[in-house]
Amino acid sequence: MNTTLLLVQALNGLQFGILLFLVAAGLTLVFGVMDFINLAHGVQYMLGAYLGATLAALTGSFWWGLLLTLPATLAFGLLLEFLVFRHLYERDHLSQVLATFGVILFLNQGVKAVFGTAPMQMPVPELLSGGVRIMDGLLYPTYRIAILVAGLATAGLLWFLVERTRVGMLVRAGATNAPMVSALGVDIRRLFMLVFGFGAMLAGFAGAMAAPILSVEPGMGDNLLILAFVVIVIGGIGSVRGAFIAALLVGLVETIGRSMMPDLMRLFLDPSAARQAGAAMASMLIYVVMAAILAFRPAGLFPVRR
Amino acid sequence: MAFQIPAFRRRTLLATSTGLLAAPAVLQAQGAPIKVGLVAVQTGPQAALGTQLRDGWMLGMRQLNNQLGGRPVETIVIDDELRPDVAVTKVRAALERDRVDFIVGVVFSNILQAIIRPVTEAGTFLISTNAGPSTFAGRGCNPYFFTTSYNNDQVHSVMGQAAQDAGYRRVFLMTPNYQAGRDAMAGFKSRFQGTVVDEVYVPLTQLDFSAELARIASLRPDAIFTFMPGGLGVNLVRQYRQAGLANIPFLSTFTVDEATLPAQGEAALGFYSAASWAPNMDNPVNRRFVSEFEAAFNYVPATYAAQSYDAANLLNSAVRRVGGNLSDKNALRAAIAAADFQSVRGPFRFGVNQYPVQDFWLLQVARRADGKFQTETVRRVLEANVDPWAGECRMPGRI
Amino acid sequence: MKRPDVLIALAIFAALAAAPFIGFGQGYSLTLLARAMIFGMAAISLSLLVGGGGLVSLGHAAMLGVGAYAVVVLDHARITEAWMVVPVGIGAAALFALVTGAIAIRTSGVHFIMITLAFGQMAFFTTSSLALYGGDDGYTLYNRLEVFGSRALERGIVFHFTCLGLLIAVWALVRALLHSRFGRVLQAARDNETRARAVGFEPYPYRLAAYVIAGAIGGLSGVLLANAAEFVAPAYLAWQRSGDLLFMVILGGLSGPHGALMGALAFVLIEEWLAKLTEHWRLIFGPLLIFCVFFMRGGIAGLLRRG
Repeated sequence: MNTTLLLVQALNGLQFGILLFLVAAGLTLVFGVMDFINLAHGVQYMLGAYLGATLAALTGSFWWGLLLTLPATLAFGLLLEFLVFRHLYERDHLSQVLATFGVILFLNQGVKAVFGTAPMQMPVPELLSGGVRIMDGLLYPTYRIAILVAGLATAGLLWFLVERTRVGMLVRAGATNAPMVSALGVDIRRLFMLVFGFGAMLAGFAGAMAAPILSVEPGMGDNLLILAFVVIVIGGIGSVRGAFIAALLVGLVETIGRSMMPDLMRLFLDPSAARQAGAAMASMLIYVVMAAILAFRPAGLFPVRR
Repeated sequence: MAFQIPAFRRRTLLATSTGLLAAPAVLQAQGAPIKVGLVAVQTGPQAALGTQLRDGWMLGMRQLNNQLGGRPVETIVIDDELRPDVAVTKVRAALERDRVDFIVGVVFSNILQAIIRPVTEAGTFLISTNAGPSTFAGRGCNPYFFTTSYNNDQVHSVMGQAAQDAGYRRVFLMTPNYQAGRDAMAGFKSRFQGTVVDEVYVPLTQLDFSAELARIASLRPDAIFTFMPGGLGVNLVRQYRQAGLANIPFLSTFTVDEATLPAQGEAALGFYSAASWAPNMDNPVNRRFVSEFEAAFNYVPATYAAQSYDAANLLNSAVRRVGGNLSDKNALRAAIAAADFQSVRGPFRFGVNQYPVQDFWLLQVARRADGKFQTETVRRVLEANVDPWAGECRMPGRI
Repeated sequence: MKRPDVLIALAIFAALAAAPFIGFGQGYSLTLLARAMIFGMAAISLSLLVGGGGLVSLGHAAMLGVGAYAVVVLDHARITEAWMVVPVGIGAAALFALVTGAIAIRTSGVHFIMITLAFGQMAFFTTSSLALYGGDDGYTLYNRLEVFGSRALERGIVFHFTCLGLLIAVWALVRALLHSRFGRVLQAARDNETRARAVGFEPYPYRLAAYVIAGAIGGLSGVLLANAAEFVAPAYLAWQRSGDLLFMVILGGLSGPHGALMGALAFVLIEEWLAKLTEHWRLIFGPLLIFCVFFMRGGIAGLLRRG
């Protein structure tokens, strides 16, 4: 494999990593601050994609669709918080897993009942429909660059919010010692609600951003949810910085592993067996990486001190 | 998006006998409805295909006044959830509790492989309206098993032949890493004699194809051949177009069809597919099928729907032929094998292994006058084609 | 001493034994009940980990998968004698549990959930790539296991009572383990690891042993599951299936193996019943799960204890 191709693959990996980060950021905040396992984070991503596609079709504009998706997913997140999640903060992880799984079942079936089973489309906006020639015969779509930029901007914004604002300080404090923050007279419930709504909005934003390149279909969040969990566990639960680095790591390992594994296996096996074994190995790779990291650093790369 | 008529949404369609039409006396004696178990995936990312399959059958039943050969019909929809063990449990329930007379449907081969034994060992006819694995076409052929679709290998080999005919020398192959994907590559290569520059297997859960697209760009093949059913195909087609690779011909099977085109839209325009049927086929049966299907369900039918619609008419002809008497299995089998009905595809008959012998076409995605997308016939690639496994089948004469 | 959990379990076993003779003797009902009992065994083994050791595994389906694929490998080699297949299936799953458990048990809490998920996914992708055994499409068995050359297990009623017998044995074993010194150490380490260490118990070997035993029972249920459906596919190892098992355990309650048993039966039967009602049954099942969490703390077992 030549250097150009490797660089292109690295870029692809980074871009996938950024998308993962957008999903994982909300998850790690909710998990870190509230010690709350939210399996329903994946369906919130799916909902963002569906709302984005629907609103874009209704308004006839990608931008309005994207813009309106943010308050819509925020409102939906708050509604879910009010109906379900706030009754679970005091409960153990197992109860949270069970109840949020119930939310997944309901919403996956719900979008199917409302939108039908066929995949939906969200068009790429005119402004971003072109591409940049990065390699002979290959365009890098402008839209993907936009995802990169949006992801980096979100990362920067999150860093600013968490590290430089009063709310961010409370969030960090909450992640370390929630009872203490509560004892200091902070309305921890409102803080939780805020973080939760914000997390839901981030997931919805990721869904709407992904809708033009990925298929919008029921259950689309389930696989991404697992990857997002891998990301936050590798990064260290509750750490936005950890999630960012782990997301890029997972994106790179996934993409480069996929393109190099078959070649690597060809050193040991005949070509046809190598291709199949290589593809299977590539799927496993990120789990191998996660198991290895957890075996040596059981709390992840950037553990939040407790 | 699927708009469905409320009555069609019901899980079970109960037969309503039309009292005005006087049925022959022999049929009236057999008042109990014929029960049909319709296996169609309704859960998960591939549910759209199951919806197509179900709606095709339902339209056929509606045109037949919900009767097969004059006997009322009760259709029981079985959602296999694309989980083989679930499919086995539910199909057993249909066989043993509901005592169905036929099992019809099945989108995916792995589900078919899971249920074929319980169904056929119970002495029930299984009419696959989509899955057509080679397993049951050759040595494993089964007197109780018919398919109204094709043998999977045929469709892929059509694309191989088309690539050969077009004079492509260097082709890049990409499929998901599972049995059907490996079969697709083998089928393509069975008729393509040029160079395969690379074969890539991707996981079934793949979302982003940018790594593979970069590889394609670096190899610069004359064409690519791919098999990416459902959501995989939606992602691939859009990303392929966005990466500016559309000048490399996109040859595919089960990747751009009417189930995925609403989501692929313009990105799929001009891409190639292969099948034994397309919505624009110009014969009276097909014209009626397509127009009434769109009127009823408000979307364009795909092969899944067409083959199920054919199955409804096939069973209607068979039940009529045996005078509504389903107990003589040999007579019923002969009546199905006669295929005495008008297919939406035009010429249609069953081979010795009870798989169809039919023409195969090269298709291309086009935009219709009303703005909707569909695949349209380009040219006939194979004529009255028998699948490559039929020679290995030693079908018993009687059961 | 009163033992309400034993009474509950015995009542369930009696009902299961009577079921074929009070209107549930049809082939289909027997298939469903066998499925429920097999998941019951798997759930009981998982409850040993979750309830006994506080080890929440999201990779337990892999144990069933290893057992099921042991059946496949031997079936492909035309070995279908139960006395060969069952020990191999159990042994393979136990070995898999030993290797993965040795690493996984070094972590705890959420990290344990994720590392077991990782191993489960590795097993899933491995089975998907076994082209010889159908890969992702799965593998249809030639026939059910033979017992000393007899094909008796092909008969639904025989299979039913075989499953019931094994279910009772598994329940008794896990219950005895939890009430033994071994179980008390496990629970003590779950409640307070530091104190367990202070009184001289290193939890690691106890937890690993529990993990291997649970794996072995999982392997047994995998062997049975393969034979119930006469079909095996990588879908058996998917993480969603591990999730299902976990929900059975939680639904039933963590107070003992009888909870997991009730959870598994309730899960399979409710799923079946709702699916018959409407195509959109998950719209009911989802909220039902949430209500269970809200209003049934301690699961079904907790409800029975209070009621």
